[in-house]
Amino acid sequence: MRVVIVGAGEVGSNVAASLAGNHEVIVIDIDSDRVEALTYSLDVLAVEGDGASLETLQEAGVEAADMVIACTDNDETNIVTCGTVQTISEAFTIARVRNTTYLETWEHAEGALGVDLMVGTNLMAARSIVRVIGLPGAEDVDQFADGLIRMAEFRIDEDSPVTGMSVEEADTYDSLTFAAVIRDGEVIIPSGETCLLDGDDLVVIGSLESVSEFARSLAPEVDDIAEVLIVGGNEIAYETAEILASKGLTPRLVEPDPERARHLAERLPGVTVLQNDPTDRAFLEREHIDEVDVAVASLDSDEQNLLSALLAKRLGADRSIAVVEDGDYSDLFEAVGVDVAINPRETIAEEITRFTREQHAENVALIEHDRAEVLEIEIDRDSVLVDRPIRDSIHELPDGVVIGAISRDGTFVVPRGDTVVEDGDHIVVFAAQEIVEETMKRL
Amino acid sequence: MGFATGPETCLRVDWRASLSLVGSVLKYLSVPLLFPLLVGLRYGEGIVPFVATIAVVFAVGAGLERLDPDPDLGAREGFLMVALTWLSVAVVGTFPYLIAGTGTLAQPVNALFESMSGFTTTGATVMGSIGTDKYSHSILLWRQLTQWLGGMGIVVLAVAILPELSVGGAQLMDAEAPGPGIEKLTPRIRTTARALWLAYLGFTVLEFALLYGLHLAGYAPNMDLYNAVSHPLTTMPTGGFSPEARSIEAFSAAVQWVIIPFMIAAGTNFALFWKALKGDFRVFGRDSEFRFYAGVIGALTAVLAGLLFAGAGVIDQTTDVAPMIGEVENSLRHGAFQTVSIVTTTGYASIDFNFWESPAKYLLVFAMFIGGSAGSTGGAIKIVRWLVILKSIKRELFTTVHPEAVRPVRLGGRALDERALRGIYAFTLLYLVAFFVGVALLVIDSWAAGYVELALIDAVSAVAATLGNVGPGLGEVGPMGNYLSFPVFSKLLMIFLMWVGRLEILPVFVLLTRAYWQS
Repeated sequence: MRVVIVGAGEVGSNVAASLAGNHEVIVIDIDSDRVEALTYSLDVLAVEGDGASLETLQEAGVEAADMVIACTDNDETNIVTCGTVQTISEAFTIARVRNTTYLETWEHAEGALGVDLMVGTNLMAARSIVRVIGLPGAEDVDQFADGLIRMAEFRIDEDSPVTGMSVEEADTYDSLTFAAVIRDGEVIIPSGETCLLDGDDLVVIGSLESVSEFARSLAPEVDDIAEVLIVGGNEIAYETAEILASKGLTPRLVEPDPERARHLAERLPGVTVLQNDPTDRAFLEREHIDEVDVAVASLDSDEQNLLSALLAKRLGADRSIAVVEDGDYSDLFEAVGVDVAINPRETIAEEITRFTREQHAENVALIEHDRAEVLEIEIDRDSVLVDRPIRDSIHELPDGVVIGAISRDGTFVVPRGDTVVEDGDHIVVFAAQEIVEETMKRL
Repeated sequence: MGFATGPETCLRVDWRASLSLVGSVLKYLSVPLLFPLLVGLRYGEGIVPFVATIAVVFAVGAGLERLDPDPDLGAREGFLMVALTWLSVAVVGTFPYLIAGTGTLAQPVNALFESMSGFTTTGATVMGSIGTDKYSHSILLWRQLTQWLGGMGIVVLAVAILPELSVGGAQLMDAEAPGPGIEKLTPRIRTTARALWLAYLGFTVLEFALLYGLHLAGYAPNMDLYNAVSHPLTTMPTGGFSPEARSIEAFSAAVQWVIIPFMIAAGTNFALFWKALKGDFRVFGRDSEFRFYAGVIGALTAVLAGLLFAGAGVIDQTTDVAPMIGEVENSLRHGAFQTVSIVTTTGYASIDFNFWESPAKYLLVFAMFIGGSAGSTGGAIKIVRWLVILKSIKRELFTTVHPEAVRPVRLGGRALDERALRGIYAFTLLYLVAFFVGVALLVIDSWAAGYVELALIDAVSAVAATLGNVGPGLGEVGPMGNYLSFPVFSKLLMIFLMWVGRLEILPVFVLLTRAYWQS
């Protein structure tokens, strides 16, 4: 289909890069340097102009577009863009917003403001953080088939019990698939003999219980998560605290600004809000940061988050999660000792990409910045898999596709060679970026 | 910003990736080679030159492809790939000439000159006597075809065909396509490349239909099927080769009138045609480059036709030139034909303008520097650059009076970035430097080799005509003359000039800098 993306920042470029392979993508940005850079780096048409102006939208051919994604860094621009698009086009509109108030307004009146889908950056990031908190040791977690199937990515280090084992030895769970190993940036599809080495990232797909069980086996010293300390009081921190509180935890939140702290305390009844400088060691020790299971750093700059997350680890927190606004730093953060770096822009790009996938892929998770994808696909009559054992049909799929899990009428089915896939099943597959399109076609 | 910059970030030029893509292009070059092969079969000529060439390019191409099965191009590799593609294609173009071994083309340097002149759509020739009586139909057709392939661009064609070029394609097309920068017409660079080639093909077929139609209707006795196929193949790329020794003079006035609009179309930005096809016909009037282009052609035609009409343009004692003094249609036709032919850098001749008086003759030499539009198949400096330079000069004059004025240079209502301006100045300066150095080297070499017939104006026009991909110059290298008498070094120099002229200098010169090879 024809997709128009307004805003070529980190989110827009990410979405454009994931869609350029199988859609006609037109990107609008006001900055001529970005437009030029995109023209040469991606196979997309880049148009210079203001996405909220009718003229620019017409120049980009919005009338003929199937979807318009407004993802500039400015909420109002995005909403106005979608509203403008609705006046001249039938396209499905997606707006990215930070401000949760807009999101709430829109949710109360579906389709309001000319927006068909509103995606909240802060909320998405908060949900990501909560998912990671819930699975000790996981770097990335996603759910499929209404939460029945889960995908998680774990970093294997020298302390992991599975290090040095072959996949066959490590995989003792009946409803878990070791979908892929990422080693030095290369995606490896593991066979039974593949050895897990220190430094590998392991992607597993399986039922909720199996994935949690596996996570616990990797980090046996972590018991259930009870103590969460959120450092910083920005919107992402607020959303995170709220979700955790709604799950029955009592997180603590540190906010240096007195007024903001007061405001947060009023809005978050189940959360202990502390007003102090979050980098004050004495204060952190007083608050027993050494007993904290997870410290989440969500301050106003990447540098502060890095320091704060490292400090928390140093003072004895079991795990640290840091919010990174600049996607280029994610890897660096994880390299120097932050357990998980969450990039809100990447999260949102993932969410938007999910939505724009061909209609029968329900859900998408991007692995290692788009090197591979995990897709949830509903099987229909045209699929090569339908009504045959997987053993027979797998040869018709591109090399390197892994069928990770199947959900049938709300129950979890373990995919084996002799499993017969039925019409209406949801399957979750892992595929390297190069073969995603091919895979989608055949399933 | 986290753009995937690919291999630009690594320190070495990945020449394997570049060569691998050159290999792919060579492999596909075997397809157009089938065309002269079929023509050879029809005329019952030897087809060995083409069979052998096809075998060689296919083998070499496939071999090079294996250097890097999954080439990943950065900006640097792009330059190398484009420059090498043109060089290797020109070398491959010599095979049929050398294997056939007819006439002056049996010599390697001559064959390379003819081949480079073909692919770069220059149209300068080293054939002593042209004609199907001496050379086979298939060889002469291959000579025409080289221009057609080079016109819209071999790399653009590769982008249209090869899926692996979808991401780096924009950069490659930028390095190859005439004019500053490229214009993406569609979200996918591949469809843009295809649209350009289809428009090009469409014009070629249309011209063939009109020319052959004239022949069938009895208005063009010499325009038989072979000629009707051959000429569109060199009109649309603004090439100028003709299987007829007398070029377009060999045909009737009707044919000359038909060819003029096609040359004009070939010198127009093809993106405009694409937009017009989508129903926006006012695009020509809106495009400032096109308006300027039409104005230049109109003004030069008027001046030239006026000179010819008044007799100031013709040496009347020669019988070689049709009487034009006081002849409206004649002077207008030759004035328009020669203006368009030189401005678009086609290089066809409707008459031997060597016999014109100085004012008319030298007007044509100046016209060699103008060039076609950006995104056309024309050569030389290009209309859009002149337009921008004129506007910049106007700005300079204004700011001497109002030093505080902030005046962006506008093109078609859009303010141009100062960086883009710098690029245009740099190119134009480099072009002129290449021209002066070229003239100096040519004069020195010819003198040293004892080629005394070469007058200065001949040397000047030869360099202007090869660097600008025009073709014929004046005097020895006039429209009915050839480049055969030049010494070897001069020929090699002009081969180089045609190459850098077609690729607009920078992609080649950047390869000669140390910074390119080291980081």
